[in-house]
Amino acid sequence: MLRIENLSVSYGPRHVLGNVSLEVNSGEVLALIGPNGAGKSTLVRAVSGVVAVQSGKVRTNGNDLLSLPPMQRARFLAVVPQVVSMPPAFTVWETVLLGRTPYLNFLGQVSVRDEEVARLALAKVDALDLAERRVGELSGGEQQRVLLARALAQATPILLLDEPTTNLDLHYQVSFMEIVRTLAHTDGLAVLIALHDLNLAARYANRVALLVAGKIKAVGTPRQVLTPELISAAYHLPVQVVSHPFEDVLLVLPDNH
Amino acid sequence: MRHLPYLWTLLFLTLAVIFSIAIGSVFIPPADLGRILVGWLTGAKFPEPLKTFAFIIASIRLPRIALVLLTGAALGGSGAAYQGLFRNPLADPYLIGVASGAGLGAVLTMSVKWPYSFWGLMAVPAAAFVGALLTVFLVYALARLGKTVPTTNLILAGVAFSSFATALTSFLMLRSTGELRRAISWLLGGASQAGWGPVLTVLPYLAIGLGILLLSGHALNLLQFGDDQAQQLGLNVTRTRTLILLAASLATAAAVSFSGIIGFIGLIVPHVMRLWFGADYRRLLLLSIIGGAGVLLLADVIARSVMAPQELPVGIVTALAGAPFFLWVLRRAKNQGYW
Repeated sequence: MLRIENLSVSYGPRHVLGNVSLEVNSGEVLALIGPNGAGKSTLVRAVSGVVAVQSGKVRTNGNDLLSLPPMQRARFLAVVPQVVSMPPAFTVWETVLLGRTPYLNFLGQVSVRDEEVARLALAKVDALDLAERRVGELSGGEQQRVLLARALAQATPILLLDEPTTNLDLHYQVSFMEIVRTLAHTDGLAVLIALHDLNLAARYANRVALLVAGKIKAVGTPRQVLTPELISAAYHLPVQVVSHPFEDVLLVLPDNH
Repeated sequence: MRHLPYLWTLLFLTLAVIFSIAIGSVFIPPADLGRILVGWLTGAKFPEPLKTFAFIIASIRLPRIALVLLTGAALGGSGAAYQGLFRNPLADPYLIGVASGAGLGAVLTMSVKWPYSFWGLMAVPAAAFVGALLTVFLVYALARLGKTVPTTNLILAGVAFSSFATALTSFLMLRSTGELRRAISWLLGGASQAGWGPVLTVLPYLAIGLGILLLSGHALNLLQFGDDQAQQLGLNVTRTRTLILLAASLATAAAVSFSGIIGFIGLIVPHVMRLWFGADYRRLLLLSIIGGAGVLLLADVIARSVMAPQELPVGIVTALAGAPFFLWVLRRAKNQGYW
């Protein structure tokens, strides 16, 4: 499990995150929601150690992750970034094997076991048939799955995802989130996923955390956090929250009145 | 089939070496070349004209070939490393000011009269080397932001310092009353010194620089995904970047100091290797080193023969042949989307 304790981050004089505390249990998906600029991406970057934190700790089973060297940290925590640009000439297979870096020497020599793990990771995201393709030839949805497979090849107990569904069409959004949920529930990963789409959060997250202006406003089940009051205030937009007519999920809709 | 790219590039390099030995002010037929090689191996005595040929090869052509080969290797290898480091296809060994720093050092030294001795001859390359290394450190320090060194800062600082150093170099050259020819020919890439001295002097720096680069393939692969992802995958980004930058700059500085400023090799060779053999830096670095050596050897043969007995600075040849070739490669590659 992942425990974030009183994390604060500033860019110069601007406070981006103020005393953020969150716990993500093994086997659960915690969705991080909040308006643009709330600090969702910064939180992911800070927890993964690429942004300097002012204060606070990130722990898992007693390990203080931020004080570890990158190599060791990468054995506990893997990050799936948003697909922005990927080096096009790499093949999918080469890309996924890079996920084994925390277990390799400086030369990056892979063993048969590393290849097995990478193959399994590709299978889990249903992308084995893409292995020989070049990353630049893939669609956005396929690239995003490759990045997920690379993170899985790291074989970490914790998975962070930074708005992975933003550039995907509806089909890929749903299939991607299905995979993520399965990974948490069957493989027991602790998953923290920053999401734009409140309805995806409502549908796939076990719990939801609402981040506004660098502070956690609410944490709880989707029903506890996705309330008209909290969401309207956070997004400065009146919303309605209704139950799905056939399924046990919430729908968040902008209020036209 | 994994080793096929190495076979091709090595074959190319071997042919380039044979060409370089055979062609010059005196043409040495390949058949004689074979006989001389056999003679050296068996220790047999040579009849004329083989004796003269053997002397030319051993005392004139081989040292020159060795220096050109090392220079090309350094430019190709560091070119690949800079392109990977900056994730920029236009990055080449000169982008961060290595060349202009070296040029400034060289011209500064040339404006002083040196005695015609070994150390007098070594003063220019030594100054160029110091100039190049000082430039790298200065640019690096200027670009530094806290604990990180953003790529954009590095390139901007490099370009700015380059202009400054180039202006200063031009100023010094215009003011100087001494031998401008030597400075100009050095700046165009062609101040080749004779003998094994320069070769032995650059060898240790190149061995260290290129040796480190050859070990950095995996790290460069990771860096292609950006600093954030590289670090999240377990790479100590700042430390690795610094190491690779220093290694590449060391190799470039050593090459530039003896062979002058030779453009396009560091830009084109890695490009072509990437197009032909893929983007894996573990392979690309070695291929670019071998390829760079071969291409520069061929350019040197042309530089020696087009205006014989006068020599053209090899930098002119690489630019004349390299620029159009580069444009052609870019056009072809445009549709494939690999830069």
